[in-house]
Amino acid sequence: MMTDISKPVPARPKGARAAAFSEFWHYFSMNRGAVIGLAVVGIFIVLALFAPWIAPYVPEQQFRGFDKLPPAWTNGGDLRFLLGTDEVGRDILSRLIHGARYSLTIGLVVVSIAATVGIVLGLLAGYFRGWVDVAIMRVMDIILAFPSLLLALVLVAILGPGLLNAMLAIALVLQPHFARLVRASVMAEKNREYVTSAKMAGAGHFRLMTITILPNCLGPLIVQATLSFSNAILDAAALGFLGMGAQPPTPEWGTMLAKGREFISSAPWIVTFPGLAILITVLAINLIGDGLRDALDPKLKRS
Amino acid sequence: MISYIFRRLLLIVPTVIGISICAFAFVRLLPGDPILAMAGEHGVTPERYEILKEAFGYNLPIWQQYLNYLGSVLSGDFGVSLGTKRPVLNEFMTLFPATVELALCAIILATVVGIPAGVLAAVRRGSWLDQGTMGLALTGYSMPIFWWGLLLIMFFSSYLGWTPVSGRIALNFFLRPITGFMTIDSLLYGNWPAFVSALRHLILPTVVLATIPLAVIARQTRSAMLEVLGDDYVRTARAKGLSPGRVVNVHALRNALIPVVTTIGLQVGALMAGAILTETIFSWPGIGKWMIESILKRDYPVVQSGLLLIALIIMAVNLIVDLLYAVINPRIRVR
Repeated sequence: MMTDISKPVPARPKGARAAAFSEFWHYFSMNRGAVIGLAVVGIFIVLALFAPWIAPYVPEQQFRGFDKLPPAWTNGGDLRFLLGTDEVGRDILSRLIHGARYSLTIGLVVVSIAATVGIVLGLLAGYFRGWVDVAIMRVMDIILAFPSLLLALVLVAILGPGLLNAMLAIALVLQPHFARLVRASVMAEKNREYVTSAKMAGAGHFRLMTITILPNCLGPLIVQATLSFSNAILDAAALGFLGMGAQPPTPEWGTMLAKGREFISSAPWIVTFPGLAILITVLAINLIGDGLRDALDPKLKRS
Repeated sequence: MISYIFRRLLLIVPTVIGISICAFAFVRLLPGDPILAMAGEHGVTPERYEILKEAFGYNLPIWQQYLNYLGSVLSGDFGVSLGTKRPVLNEFMTLFPATVELALCAIILATVVGIPAGVLAAVRRGSWLDQGTMGLALTGYSMPIFWWGLLLIMFFSSYLGWTPVSGRIALNFFLRPITGFMTIDSLLYGNWPAFVSALRHLILPTVVLATIPLAVIARQTRSAMLEVLGDDYVRTARAKGLSPGRVVNVHALRNALIPVVTTIGLQVGALMAGAILTETIFSWPGIGKWMIESILKRDYPVVQSGLLLIALIIMAVNLIVDLLYAVINPRIRVR
């Protein structure tokens, strides 16, 4: 909610949108951490997009006689394998670079599904209230009553292990947060003057929900989406680690950790680097989330 | 207050029914056949299969199966594990204290470190202390805890040899459970070496499980403190000439703690999710490890009743937190 919603501004001129963005950017860029996070995520996006050209090797390629090589800067390392090789002689750096594709895709797909479903359910519940609201929110309560990872595990067990099913399960577990958030914002906005005036002008339910009310709930939604993005990456990695997510030899970071676990004393770098990649990505996204929250939350802006 | 409790309890009934339907339905949806799973590698003859199907009520219509399940759960019968042939409730009761012990230690560590860290960061807002604490908190919040656990094992157990790698206690100790809490039981028996061993086993899992709640509590405390420190009554307290320590600890912190208590309570669900990973990494014999193993082994009764029990416990804890919140924050009660 970055614009002053007490004023009726149904159709903003183009200049106002640019001004709103530049105001947002002003606050966002004041947060050093957020800018760093944005830069890091940018690097990961480039790595993911151009992985086949950036990565030195094909991620599945096994180099015989080069298994469990330590990183290049340590004793016994080989400059051809910068971060070392794993238990079957695959280049860890190449696998990590390709892994960025999986993690970012997971985040994107999960958030798209969770946000779409959550927004629709939240809009319906908050707009219509009554039994629609009760029915939807009870179902959300039930989903939230289970520990998220446990529920995701059971769902993946039902659907069958694999990356796609893991994403669906995580999306289902994350969407109640969107639904609750949208419902609360819709209820707060519904009785404002601009909504009433749109209703008087003859706007239908669908138009009121999607075009009049929804854009004014966008601020908290964007923050929630960022948080869900990092949660999705963490949960998918956890599922991969437990053997229920992406299946080997997929170079997904969590799955790489699961295999490397057997070698933590003999070849610690096999687990160190994939975990570090997860941590850096998630941290960068959370930094952006914090920056977005500060920039989009009018309450904090004044302080 | 009584009517508030009553209203909250009424609200829970449909959710509990929903949870039981979900737990029941999930298990029916799992691929595989419970009777074949029960029979194991030997398999069964078709005749025996039909007999077993009838004996376990799998031939009945699905809604009747559900009602039967609900009936037996209400009379305290949560089914029998296919793997161990022991009642699920008994297994749950033996493993649950291990998870509670771990979770309690984690939440205590998270609170004891998190609240002072958040207060310090808020009081020294903008200083390097604030930035450092909050940087660490965000890192903790972003931590893939399964990896964090492996790192700690690598460093403290494999490299330094300070802490054991897995389990609750060294294998040469056997304590008949009294409370089920290994640390308390060993003290009750007066077995000092056992207590030390239990404590050493507890350290790393506690740190791993506490990481995310600690980060959340520190962040929440900081923002609650910042909000409160700007309030009029804090300014009044300062103007009265009270010492800065008294203003922060008595006037500000007490009011800032109200939202923090809710945050701590809400961590219970997250702790359960964290326990699955933590217990798997440290081979901690609790319900998190039990659940994932049962899911992988397709131990249908355990998955079904385990899900139900865990969800019910989380709901109960959330309810208690809500009520506690009403006790410490009178504003809620009048609603």
